[in-house]
Amino acid sequence: MSPFVEVVLTIITASTPLLLAGVGELVTERSGVLNLGVEGMMVMGAVAGFGAAFVTGSPAIGVIAAILAGTMMAAIFAFLTLKLVSNQVATGLALTLLGLGLSGLIGDNFVGQPGVKLARLAIPGLSDLPIVGPIVFGEDPLVYLSIALTIIVSHVLFSTRAGLVIRAVGDSHASAHALGVSVVQVRTLSVLFGGACAGLAGGYLSLAYTPQWIENMTAGRGWIALALVVFASWRPMRVMVGAYLFGAVGVLGFVAQAVGLGVPAQFLSSLPYIVTVLALVVISKSTRARGSQAPACLGQPFVPDR
Amino acid sequence: MTDLRIDLIKRPEQSKVMAVASPLIAVGLTLVTGLIIFAALGVPPLKGLWVYFIEPLTNAWSLEKLAIKASPLIMIAAGLAVSYRANVWNIGAEGQLTIGALFGSAIPVLFNSWQSPLTIVSMLILGIIGGALWGLIPALLKVKTGANEILTSLMLVYVAQLLLDWLVRGPWRDPHGHNFPMSVAFTDWQKLPVFGTTDIHYGVVLAVLAALALGVLMTKTLTGFEVRVMGTAPRAGAFAGFSPQRMVIFAFLLSGGLAGLAGICEIAGPGEILQPVISPGYGFTAIIVAFLGRLNPVGVIVAGLALAVSYLGGEEAHSAFGISDKAARVFQGLLLFYILACDTLILYRIDISWRRATAQAGGAE
Repeated sequence: MSPFVEVVLTIITASTPLLLAGVGELVTERSGVLNLGVEGMMVMGAVAGFGAAFVTGSPAIGVIAAILAGTMMAAIFAFLTLKLVSNQVATGLALTLLGLGLSGLIGDNFVGQPGVKLARLAIPGLSDLPIVGPIVFGEDPLVYLSIALTIIVSHVLFSTRAGLVIRAVGDSHASAHALGVSVVQVRTLSVLFGGACAGLAGGYLSLAYTPQWIENMTAGRGWIALALVVFASWRPMRVMVGAYLFGAVGVLGFVAQAVGLGVPAQFLSSLPYIVTVLALVVISKSTRARGSQAPACLGQPFVPDR
Repeated sequence: MTDLRIDLIKRPEQSKVMAVASPLIAVGLTLVTGLIIFAALGVPPLKGLWVYFIEPLTNAWSLEKLAIKASPLIMIAAGLAVSYRANVWNIGAEGQLTIGALFGSAIPVLFNSWQSPLTIVSMLILGIIGGALWGLIPALLKVKTGANEILTSLMLVYVAQLLLDWLVRGPWRDPHGHNFPMSVAFTDWQKLPVFGTTDIHYGVVLAVLAALALGVLMTKTLTGFEVRVMGTAPRAGAFAGFSPQRMVIFAFLLSGGLAGLAGICEIAGPGEILQPVISPGYGFTAIIVAFLGRLNPVGVIVAGLALAVSYLGGEEAHSAFGISDKAARVFQGLLLFYILACDTLILYRIDISWRRATAQAGGAE
């Protein structure tokens, strides 16, 4: 395989978890809920995915376990912020801290164990084509899923009634409530969807990106996904563009290292974080001029009056 | 079909009783959950709780360790409490701690022969400056461009840790250190003095003083009033002529500076050497400390001691039962959840009822 194809494949693999987590969080935020616990849900997905695949030998079961773990974490968050109306920022932080701790405890016995890798697609004939073959027809199934998911989310949000309801709840929960929409129910489902996606993103890390368990292996990707949603002005297709850009930055750092640019490895490793900050700065500056694109009720508590 | 309904009924005013009781209930719930976790890990639950939460308090030696562990938590959380009160979300204290440690360590690393009482004083001051400067970055970005301070301050944690990693493996590595990623060891006036024969260093005093001073600031000064107004009613604050921009800068300089001080105290105190990893997540645990202490700098002292117990208990349980020391972080995370859940009781009465689901119940099933 040519180095070019290798690099493109690595970029796609590095970007997919960002895309999955970003699209999930986008739906959550579109419904007006800010869940800062993406990192925690993601790392739980990673440990659950690895563990389930390690025990059963089936990466498919690993994927399902990862989704379930993320959803369960999101359920805790939904109960606290939507039923008990706790502070969303603080609760999201709590979710991240708990997820990092709990995954470390659960994964203690998995450290150093060989992982189960999610197989890449192999379509006879097509996957063997030069360049196009491995890139277009030879990815693992979750890459296709992440792209399909983004398109579906984009369609549902902007072209269906369900999407209209989600956006209405996120932009004006009082009006949505007055129209008979159950704000809490819509938000709960949106939060759970975000959790499922974050869990899947974590599972992708431990099943496809680096098939092993390392403590804190999400390494801030959950936070980068959060930044991605802001960067994308809450639009799914832009999340996809952003995810691939961010993924590319991380991979190019490693490429530069391999080529031997003489730049310290730590500097290259810090690039994704620095680029995230810069991206936030650029996008915030431009939205300041145009007005915020964020859902109007983002982060605001809602208690239905009866 | 019946349906569990939880309804929140707003209290006419905030419950003073619940404001005090909520953290206590939260601690209680964490302990009960601890029983379940110990049972799941195959440890006799009550013995587990004893080793974890009581034994660290039973002898003089471990009480010393408790004070040493609590001091960075108190120092950082006191600053965070003020920041969160102002509705400024600095969650990058871990990074500010790291840069504070780096700045302070520059003296022993670069001017190794300088030994005078002024050495440690300048180290501490540099620590504060380093932390404050690192905190200033997200603050300025927020003020100048509107970039979300939660995300930028958090991203800078990773950058700070990688910077430290590079320094101790590269330019700042001890040339006689057999290639270990470590700086030179700090000696004499490059370390914080200790009390008598104990291990308790002056950083512990600084932590308590800082918390008390911020307690006075919050209750007795105009700045404290400004913080509270900007946190609860920013529009009213704007009419009063308070500047939200200045508040963001102030909150970050204060909390960043204290985190930086905690960082250099950790290195000049128990650490005595700069290594790739210098903190077991004090900057993040301090977030929990701030909430457990009711975002009140004085309450933070008690909360810091409580969280320090979980660190020590983690070590004890590790050696007694072989439980992973990661259990401590699970307890810490759970505690924050329970606090946040219990805090609902301050503003709301909770009405739990089982009732029949009817068609009108609006899709409840």
